[in-house]
Amino acid sequence: MDLKLKIWRQKNASERGRFVNYKISNISPDSSFLEMLDVLNEELISFGEEPVVFDHDCREGICGTCGMYINGRPHGPDELITACQLHMRKFRDGETIVIEPWRARAFPVIKDLMVDRSAFDELMQDSGYVSVNTGNAPDANTIPVQKEQADLSMDAATCIGCGACVAACKNASAMLFVSAKVSHLALLPQGRVEAKKRAALMVAKMDALGFGNCTNTGACEAECPKGIKLTNIARLNREYYKASIF
Amino acid sequence: MTKLDSKIPEGPLDKKWSNYKANQNLVNPANKRKLDIIVVGTGLAGASAAASLAEMGFKVKSFCYQDSPRRAHSIAAQGGINAAKNYPNDGDSVYRLFYDTIKGGDYRSREANVYRLAEVSNQIIDQCVAQGVPFAREYGGTLANRSFGGALVSRTFYARGQTGQQLLLGAYQAQSRQIKQGNIEMYPRMEMMNLVIIDGKARGIIARDVITGELKRFSAHSVVLATGGYGNVFFLSTMAMGSNVSAAWQSYKKGAAFGNPCFVQIHPTCIPVHGEYQSKLTLMSESLRNDGRIWVPKHKEDAERIRKGEITAGDLPEEGRDYYLERRYPAFGNLVPRDVASRAAKERCDAGFGVGNTGLAVYLDFKDSIERLGKDTIEAKYGNLFQMYEKITDENPYETPMMIYPAIHYAMGGLWVDYELQTTIPGLFATGEANFSDHGANRLGASALMQGLADGYFVLPYTIQNYLAHEINTPRFSTDTPEFDAAEKETSEQLISLMNIKGTKSVDTFHKKLGKIMWEYVGMARNMEGLKTAIEEIRELRKDFYANLRIPGELNDLNPELQKATRLADFLELGELMAMDALNREESCGGHFREEYQTGEGEALRDDKQYNYVAAWTFSGEGKAPEMIREALVFEEIEVKQRNYK
Repeated sequence: MDLKLKIWRQKNASERGRFVNYKISNISPDSSFLEMLDVLNEELISFGEEPVVFDHDCREGICGTCGMYINGRPHGPDELITACQLHMRKFRDGETIVIEPWRARAFPVIKDLMVDRSAFDELMQDSGYVSVNTGNAPDANTIPVQKEQADLSMDAATCIGCGACVAACKNASAMLFVSAKVSHLALLPQGRVEAKKRAALMVAKMDALGFGNCTNTGACEAECPKGIKLTNIARLNREYYKASIF
Repeated sequence: MTKLDSKIPEGPLDKKWSNYKANQNLVNPANKRKLDIIVVGTGLAGASAAASLAEMGFKVKSFCYQDSPRRAHSIAAQGGINAAKNYPNDGDSVYRLFYDTIKGGDYRSREANVYRLAEVSNQIIDQCVAQGVPFAREYGGTLANRSFGGALVSRTFYARGQTGQQLLLGAYQAQSRQIKQGNIEMYPRMEMMNLVIIDGKARGIIARDVITGELKRFSAHSVVLATGGYGNVFFLSTMAMGSNVSAAWQSYKKGAAFGNPCFVQIHPTCIPVHGEYQSKLTLMSESLRNDGRIWVPKHKEDAERIRKGEITAGDLPEEGRDYYLERRYPAFGNLVPRDVASRAAKERCDAGFGVGNTGLAVYLDFKDSIERLGKDTIEAKYGNLFQMYEKITDENPYETPMMIYPAIHYAMGGLWVDYELQTTIPGLFATGEANFSDHGANRLGASALMQGLADGYFVLPYTIQNYLAHEINTPRFSTDTPEFDAAEKETSEQLISLMNIKGTKSVDTFHKKLGKIMWEYVGMARNMEGLKTAIEEIRELRKDFYANLRIPGELNDLNPELQKATRLADFLELGELMAMDALNREESCGGHFREEYQTGEGEALRDDKQYNYVAAWTFSGEGKAPEMIREALVFEEIEVKQRNYK
């Protein structure tokens, strides 16, 4: 395949960025999107130019490190996958592909396509956990958990923290991310104990970190590579109201 | 000369760990606050250790090269975690888990370590459930189990095909809580470059800030390496792109012995290689072998027609298929251990029965299971794996069989550690995949997660105190010492010399070449001549690397090519040591298969008289041959015999 690429290049957080055009040829339709960028970078290095910087690690769609806007969509045109699992067969020969970093106030650009998502870690540090020390646990089968609840909890827990929901949201809200963690833990008896406090703290922290509010547009759900559902946001709201009323 | 003391406690096997704990030194709460521990790596072994140590009251500094501790590659583990709970009432016990692990490792691991691993396995499951890990459950609300290779019981706990992710998030959350409480200082995007030793003890590290390129100094009373395995020496592996050996290798060069470097695991069920541009290989969980049947065509002509695309798998009638694992190993069938399954696949493909356009693939077929259990059940068990397969290959595994081939997956070898998980450098500990200790020559499925969490939650937090109890009179100290100056200078000069080569070839060019040498000669089948060739070719490649490498960009800036180059420089040295170790070990065991040493039926042939030892290699200086020290393995509990899965 021959392709034209329009890629956001930005030297660092303080300098202005711009789009740069590249041409690339002989790309196999069976290669992944990031492998296509590898090929481009090898070419750039051979000309003595700096390669395009992008975050990536596991390349099997689970670590949540990669993330970029591809033709106006987080992780690109395919459904339910991350950029590293997107394959070139999803594009047409001769197509122009526009590649940009996540754009959100809480995720400042570091360089080119790489952004700083440490705000997600800070959110998690505000009670995105069960307060239990190592060595205190009773036998694992002491508390039975309804299979349906465990499955719903697992659905929410599959969030990979990539930030596509924030990038897709016109308000750059982190509601889907927060609601996934609040739901994962609130649906299990072990996490239920701190559920109200968790919801209140994480929502307050989300505001403090510069994430926007939720206006129920649903772009986050549409773009989430792991299919995290909007119903989690409803559950978060319920926990939040309980925390503020009772 | 370095001496090896494995420090295995006295007493009967099942009392060793409780005896150790009863008699070890502990640090009192007031003193814990005064002691600093550096933990490098935030995978299962690192995050669980950092969280547990911080909960106890130690001050922890935690490092990872990724942008967040949650991204460490433990997250990609799919199938599950073993424990001896015996919930299914199928006859499991601590002893049986211990026995299976020693046998699975082809009798090349320490009895005492493995027994302890089996002993604490049940506590891990309890701990993870308490943290809110959403394990799969039965309709009655109890935990569900499935089977993995090398076992006749169902002892594997799982969270769909994302068990590693859920366990890691549990440990990450525990760690996040301690960060919030101020007991852990977290340093993401910070890569360990060098180890600092003062008066013979590990006292700190030099790390490079990945964003600014700045070298920084960190001091502590003890250093823990939880830095994972070295599979990326093969370039193509199931590891993450950033996984590397550098922290362990730099420590080796500072005096830590490296145990059994040639023991690497080749996982039988990965998506086959399909092109030169390929950057990594994707695993398809071993759990798939619970319901998938592995086969190749029975007749060569059929295999040939499939390779040419004239017919497809579906065109072959039942009698035209060779379910070779079920045929060769009727007792374990498709659930033989990984080394056995990998070699059997290679044997069939080398004999001309392979499928796919390269002929380097075998089928993993779910047709019978879908007929027996229904598509919905299969989807509920393996949905995410099937989706991943389809996205990568553009084929629907519900309708056509998966194609799979073995790939490099896990390093059983690693830094040599004693029973306390301490390396040969006092104060330097190694946990999880970074150490060599529990899996012998082959790791059983679902045992890596078990070992990582056992080390981090339940072993190291105790054993490190036996060391730290002697450090309570050492006050916190500054990094303004000649030893830190020297270590930083050494690293800085290495980085500058790499930048100054200014050649013409990229890092990946060299890495791919190294990978080809390793796969060809130090991969699934090895022989004396090939290993000698590998050593020569690696030496040549290393010369080429230092003469012709090109790194664009700046030294003191975010520079991914420089990062890759420093890691590859270490892989180029490790690769040679792996070949030397493989050359020395004139027997076949587990993942190490020497073609010269096999039974008439093509099974691995161990030599227990001569090679019943751990080969611990120590660095003798640049350009000098490393020294090999033997730690004899003593089997008191288990009768050593040829593994039989028939």
